[in-house]
Amino acid sequence: MSKIKNAFEKKKAFIGFLTAGDPSLERTAEFVLEMERAGASLVELGIPFSDPIADGPVIQEANLRALGGGCTTEKIFDMVSSLREKTQIPLVFLTYLNTVYKYGYEKFCERCQSCGVDGLVIPDLPFEEREELAPIARKYDVDVIAMIAPTSKERIQMVARDATGFIYVVSSMGVTGARREITTDVREIVETIRGVTDTPVAIGFGINTKEQVQRYSSISDGAIVGSAIVKIIGEYGEDAGEELGRYVREMVSGLAD
Amino acid sequence: MSDGRFGKHGGQYIPETLMNEIHKLEDAYEQCKSDPAFVEELDRLNREYAGRPSLLYYAEKMTRDLGGAKIYFKREDLNHTGSHKINNVLGQVLLAKKMGKTRVIAETGAGQHGVATATAAALLDMECEVYMGKEDTIRQALNVYRMELLGAKVHPVESGTATLKDAVNACMREWTARVHDTLYVLGSVMGPHPFPMMVGDFQSVISREAREQILSAEGRLPDVVMACVGGGSNAMGSFREFIGDEGVRLIGCEAAGHGVDTDRTAATMAVGTEGIFHGMKSYFCQDEFGQIAPVYSISAGLDYPGVGPEHAYLRDIGRAEYVPVTDEEAVRAFEYIARTEGIIAAIESSHAVAHLMKIAPEMGKDQIIICTLSGRGDKDVAAIARYRGIDLHE
Repeated sequence: MSKIKNAFEKKKAFIGFLTAGDPSLERTAEFVLEMERAGASLVELGIPFSDPIADGPVIQEANLRALGGGCTTEKIFDMVSSLREKTQIPLVFLTYLNTVYKYGYEKFCERCQSCGVDGLVIPDLPFEEREELAPIARKYDVDVIAMIAPTSKERIQMVARDATGFIYVVSSMGVTGARREITTDVREIVETIRGVTDTPVAIGFGINTKEQVQRYSSISDGAIVGSAIVKIIGEYGEDAGEELGRYVREMVSGLAD
Repeated sequence: MSDGRFGKHGGQYIPETLMNEIHKLEDAYEQCKSDPAFVEELDRLNREYAGRPSLLYYAEKMTRDLGGAKIYFKREDLNHTGSHKINNVLGQVLLAKKMGKTRVIAETGAGQHGVATATAAALLDMECEVYMGKEDTIRQALNVYRMELLGAKVHPVESGTATLKDAVNACMREWTARVHDTLYVLGSVMGPHPFPMMVGDFQSVISREAREQILSAEGRLPDVVMACVGGGSNAMGSFREFIGDEGVRLIGCEAAGHGVDTDRTAATMAVGTEGIFHGMKSYFCQDEFGQIAPVYSISAGLDYPGVGPEHAYLRDIGRAEYVPVTDEEAVRAFEYIARTEGIIAAIESSHAVAHLMKIAPEMGKDQIIICTLSGRGDKDVAAIARYRGIDLHE
């Protein structure tokens, strides 16, 4: 069992996402600690990819900034490894499958375990293809996070049944990025999931206000915020720490009881 | 391949949001494929609208000039819209209609697939939006206007390298945002299953005709079948019906750009490694950490960092061979076939012609080559002029 379940113990979870290496890996490590101090329960670290097909413009640009700065998978592992001396906050990678495939499934999962990465969110690894990675990840106590979308419908039970770590419910159609309004009936999706598993459920995609955090954490176990955080880092760069802390504290204050 | 695999290649590596839709597409295609009414309708469109069958032309002058094998060209350049792309889009847009969709989206590099999709959408009353790299909208400005004339909306894509792969990214993102009324009409034998199989099926009309035509012209099968390869749709269409004919060598010609030993290349088979991208496992130009490489070719249609999974498989099992052809060689072939045969072939197709010029003289006079001319080269004239230092703009 990975540390992920700690994130959901006793309270609703705020999950913050940032792109590793944007603007630098030193800052990424500081920002993770800043988010933890501000009350985040779990941090999702995006491994930058040249062609992030599930991401909107904000995260696409962060990926390019990180890659432009020379960030690589190897350097991210090293950063996480030293970050682990300072915090035990559950950490997951958001990565496209090619990054893992190219590194080698076995070697990647082994590195995750030795550095203290607890799970993998892989937007281009659907349920039907996960068996090529999941057994290897399991061996190293790394959860491959199941994703459920507004279009999943009769797939929900199949995808959710054996999910470990947490279940990532995608609130909206399309790519990542802040939305004023989310129209999907997320509550019904969460209820269907609850019917087949006790694995915690967190909702993401489009969430960027305290009110949205409140609403979505009240019907699930947590809310995920990505693009809004990445946008702050994009605007403030090296000095984003303070603003990031302020923003995450505000979002955390919106969590339902 | 019912599981969507060609050996280890292929698969469905796409976001969960698209999974139900891709399964629906698989089912709809399986159904239509064996529905005589659908088959007849597509056949009629191919015949009466696209102008099929395309000619298998005996290039007597080139045969004599090169002094070796007998050269035949499969003239996909003579199809309506000027390339093989029409074969696929008529199939897919018709399928979209059967699925109850009202809108199609497509990526395009050189603009040929975009123009073909816009054409089929106009004919079959579908809304059409085309995503094209900003860089390519400049290189192929005429095609952008052509698509607009046909009623399509063209979105220049500025993200990443602003070329074909970024146009595919944009389409995938757009499809994820709007699946209920939209089909992504993929232009090549790539992407998640069922696209590689389905596009290959629609394009296989090329080799189905060529096989019959050569048997009737020569009474025997060819020794070589060759075509250019970007994603690989005209090559797959040219190969498919010959795969079972062991004596027929299948050769795919990739765009080497400035050369495979430079970083200005798009020759995936020569320099790529195994990866998972754009929904499929196949070969890709990428770095050691799996970042997709910016690729380059004079040809906007071959300027793609991957190759279809069926090609990857044919190479793995040694059934087909893939060779790199540089910009310079392709331009020389472009000029040569124009002067010698009076055919202005697309710069994409000219990559195959260039390799043909290398192998034909080494083959015996009793041997036969079929080379597919995937498209016509009118769109490339200005770019070739500029390559030769002539300041000509469309």
